[in-house]
This record gives sequence, structure tokens and C-alpha cells, in this order.
Amino acid sequence: MIERIREIAGKILRDANIFIGYERGFDAIHATPLFVRKEEDLKRLIWDPTCVHNLASYLPYMKERCGVLVKGCDSRAIVQYLQEGLIKREDVVIVGVPCRGVVDVKAVMRKTGYRPILNASFRNGRLVLRTDEAEKELVMEEALQGKCRRCLYPTPLLYDHLVSESILSDKDPDSVYADILELEGRTCEDRLSFWKRELSRCIRCYACRNACPMCICRDSCIAETREPKWVTQRSNLQEKFMFHMIHALHLAGRCVECGECERACPMEIPLLTIRRKVNLEMKRLFDYEAGIRPDERPPMYTFKVEEESIRDPEI
Amino acid sequence: MRGRFLLRKERLGEALRSFQAKGYAVFLPYLEGETVLFLPYDGRREPFLEWPSTLPPKSILFPQSETLFYFHRTKKDGKVRVELEEVAPSQQILIFGSRPCDAKGFSTFDKVFVGDHPKDPYYMERRLKTTIFSLTCPFPTPSCFCLSVGLEPDGKEGSDIIATQIDEGLYVEILTEKGERLMEGINLEDGASFEGEVQMRIERTKRLIRRPFDPKDRIQVGIFEQEEFWKEAVSKCISCGLCTYLCPTCYCFNITDEAALDRGERIRSWDSCMFYHYTLEASGHNPRPTKFDRFKNRVGHKFLFFPERYEGSISCTGCGRCVRFCPVSVDIAEIVRRLKEAR
Repeated sequence: MIERIREIAGKILRDANIFIGYERGFDAIHATPLFVRKEEDLKRLIWDPTCVHNLASYLPYMKERCGVLVKGCDSRAIVQYLQEGLIKREDVVIVGVPCRGVVDVKAVMRKTGYRPILNASFRNGRLVLRTDEAEKELVMEEALQGKCRRCLYPTPLLYDHLVSESILSDKDPDSVYADILELEGRTCEDRLSFWKRELSRCIRCYACRNACPMCICRDSCIAETREPKWVTQRSNLQEKFMFHMIHALHLAGRCVECGECERACPMEIPLLTIRRKVNLEMKRLFDYEAGIRPDERPPMYTFKVEEESIRDPEI
Repeated sequence: MRGRFLLRKERLGEALRSFQAKGYAVFLPYLEGETVLFLPYDGRREPFLEWPSTLPPKSILFPQSETLFYFHRTKKDGKVRVELEEVAPSQQILIFGSRPCDAKGFSTFDKVFVGDHPKDPYYMERRLKTTIFSLTCPFPTPSCFCLSVGLEPDGKEGSDIIATQIDEGLYVEILTEKGERLMEGINLEDGASFEGEVQMRIERTKRLIRRPFDPKDRIQVGIFEQEEFWKEAVSKCISCGLCTYLCPTCYCFNITDEAALDRGERIRSWDSCMFYHYTLEASGHNPRPTKFDRFKNRVGHKFLFFPERYEGSISCTGCGRCVRFCPVSVDIAEIVRRLKEAR
């Protein structure tokens, strides 16, 4: 498949200056984004289950026309960008790659005890890892990111080139929020103590924010501005909570569930769970799912005088 | 009582409790969720030493946010007064289980906050009261590169005691007076006979560490100044602060007044040179407006400017955290290798 990607990327480079894909990172389990500007760099491109990053996230900041490689989940960010007018369709050449799931790299590092990984190979639904002391085999299903285990869109929803045949999801759409329903079923105190514990680890490095394709305020983020000052620089639970609630609510009806926030977090905070809870609410209220159809309007970008599923407060 | 000792495995808990009894606030690595953090010793749980800590212990001496003083405004007979209140002094601190790269991180802090002018009273007070009990590195992580910055898995810089984990327990070397005071009255045995085994373990660790560059090679300033180099190397950077917040040597901070009504506090909190706001000036001008400028500065600070100012000392310990946790796997070691190799 990689030959096909290189071939398409090579064609794109004839009338665009950049193609964004993946290359091998510092070890066998890490890939890293590659900005191909010269034909001779095409051979550095790779594609395998270590290609975790959502490369669409770079698009709103690109100053020139470019090509980009996207998985199903990543393509939803492009759809959402188009809905919100953040990029122009003609500025991007989308190369879609049907995907059977990508690896939870931090979990793999934990499973190998953070030892140097000398070799990693994917064969017959297994991930075989060789460290300095042993060989370890993981069933792919166990090595995948949570989002992949409930993926409804393995094939990109929007593309100019598709590098291989479409894959259909084998997941039941009604079951993808099962874990959120379980969390909703717990008592308020229980949920509060869960989130207190998880969010107390936050170090406000803003990796979640900057890795998020939909967090487009970046340098003007209200979490850092002093005017207006909504969040202080204190490092306590209250401020951390506030930052994460701001983050989650600004993503209501916009989060495409690519999971980059959670993947980027060094403190292993289940950030995607917060966003999926908000998304579930958006689904209940507006029957809307972000990043599916380019011509839709995100519910928070518009309003109806009377919403069917929101009752007016009785006066 | 300098020398080499054995602290038996079954006596570790007892030793930790007696450190506490001597009045030390003891911090050690604990598994918290899926992360390893330096947390206060709870008097019973053993430290978690299987993985390197997710965060270095720097926040113990350089908290993510700390109060410098409190202020309080009063109005009496039409006159406004502002009263300031000091923060309470720190107690004795023991950091147990840091790796040599983390201990070396504190020696970077020492150069800036204690050895330079002006001195920083907040950090210095805690630092002088802190004893560091490091453990030599049992194995590197995939991203470690300490040998390339002139550090070794049993490096002693910054530590008061250094110990190696062996089957029997800890092979302990006491390095400083502070270390002696800590170990006074602790049940130790002679450890001389384990020296060979310890050396073997260290050599084994060394063999597993990648060596992207040599500490003696110089960064070629010509390529360092090329805009194109940075565009090529860090277009993928997302400009978050993860690398700096996980770094054992990054010491940049912000100072803000956080107040409500007539009370408040002046706090110092971590800041990151990777953030746009870090260099944003009051006029609106920003001397480092792009992520390329910022990344260049980060590398320059660690490998050029800091050594220039502090007798050749590199402010990077090769702990590899910024590499293995970077959301886009930017590898600073690879970037420095290219800067050193270029002619």
C-alpha cells in the first residue's frame, strides 16, 4: 500500500508544494509526521498501525496548497473544517487511507516496561515487539487505541484519492457510547471523585489543546489570556477543571472524536471520555454528529427559534 | 561514614519510615493511574521503581505554581494600606528514587537560582534543605540519550546518595554530608563485595542507550541560524508545552497576581518557551512569533547559550521524556545530531 501512497503523493507534489504523511520516528513503535517538499523524500513515507497522528490538524495553518494523508477518523476533521469555513476545499488534496486501527503507543511502552523497542512487526493480527530482554506478542485488538475499537468510519468520508479498497465498520452504532452510558449511570459523588482524581494530574501543558484539530484559537486561548481572565495561573484542581470544561464545551458539536487530546496527554487523563459525553448530549439534543457531511451546519453555529428537543423554561 | 553499603530489600520500608521520623518530607515515585509521579510517602507503600517517572521530581523544589507572598488591602480613615505576608519556610525534604538524569536536572537549577545573581530565595531555601537519594539507571527507555550529553547511568552530579538496585536490595554509596546525615542510624551492611556486580549492571545499561551524537562535538552555528533547517525539522511541532513541562532542567516561569476583592497572592508558575505568550511583549510585538523561532530557541538555550554562560554545562540530561511523550514524536536528539554533523 505504501507504494501506492508514494505514487499518489508524487503526483500531488507536481502542483502542490507539500504532502503531509508519516515517516518512522525515533524507534520501531513511533511514527512521526513528515512534510514532504522534495520528490527524493517520498521514499521516507510509511504507512502502518503506528501512524497515529491526525495530520488534518495542520491544515488550517498551512499557507499553501498541500496534500494530506488521512484515516477515516482524521477525515472527519476535514469535513468539520469545511463546515466551519476554516479551510478551502480547493486548497487541499485529500489522500484517504482505509484503516483497521492504530496502536495505543503509550500503552505499548507501558506493556514493554519502557524498555528500548528494537523491532516491531505486525503480522496475522498480532503486534510482535522485541525489546533488549524479550519478545512480546500482543493481539492487535489489545494494542489498538480505544477509538479504533469502536470505530464507525474506518474509510475516509471525503477524499480525492483512496489508496485501497473501502473498509466497512463491523461495530454496532448503538453500542459505541456504552461506556459513557455506564458512566452516566454512576452516582454524582462517584463521578465527581473520579474526575477529581483524573484531572488533578493535569499539568496544563496544553498538549491536548494543541493536538486537537478543532482547537483553532491556539495563541488566543482563554485559558492563558489575562484579559479576559477566566482561569488563573494557579495549579490547583479548580483551575484544571475549569480549563478542561472550557475545552470540552468549546468542542460541543465540533469534536470529531479523533482522540488526539487523549493520545497527546502525558498524564493519561481520559479526555476523550469528556468530549464523547458532550457529543452524546449533542446527539440527543440535535441529532447531530460532527464531521460527517460537509454541507451541514454545526448546531452551535446556528439556532432555531424553537428547538424540538429543548424545552423553553416556563415563565 | 562515606563508602559503599548494602541496604537489604526487606529493610527499605523501615529506612523510609525512619527518614520520615527524622523530620524529612519524603517524596518517592508512586504509580498513579497509568503514570508514575513523585508523591509524599504514605508510611507503608513501597516506591514504584519499574518504570521511570512520568514527571521528573522538579516540581518538589520548583512547584508548578507557588505563592511568593500574600497581599491584603485595608482602608482605614480614608487611607489605603497594603499588607504583605510571607510564606512559611519549607521543612527538610528527601527525594528518594530519582534517576541520575533527574538529579542532574537540579544542578542546572542550582546554577541559575543559587549560583548566579540574583539568587532565588524560594528555590534556594528548599534546595538547601533537600537531600537527593538517587537510584542508578537499571535500563534506558526507548528515547534516552544521556551518554550524548555527557551523563552516565550512574552519574553522581546533583545526588547526595546514589544506590543501585541489586537482588539483595540497594547497593548504597553515600556522597555528601547531607547523605551522611540522612543515613545516620540506618541499618546498613558492608557492600564492598557487590561492587563488581553493580559495575556489570551499569555497563549493561550503557550498552542499551542510543548515542545520537557525541558531547564533544560542537553545534554548527551556520546551520543553526538557517531558517530552512528549522522549517524542515519542526514543521510537525504543535507548539504545546509538554516537552518543557516534562523536562528536568526547564526552569522558565511566569509571575502573576491572582486576586479577588482586596486579597490576593503573587504567584510564580511554570511557563514554556514553546508558547506564543511567553515572549509576547506589552507593545504587542513578539520577537519569537513562530513555532520555528521558539523551537530554535529551546535547542539553542539547552545546547548553546546555557553552556556559554555556565562553563560548558549542557542544560539537557538526555532523560528522553520530551521525545517519548511528544504528541508528534519530535526528537531533539536527532535535531542536535544534525546540527552537530552539518558542515
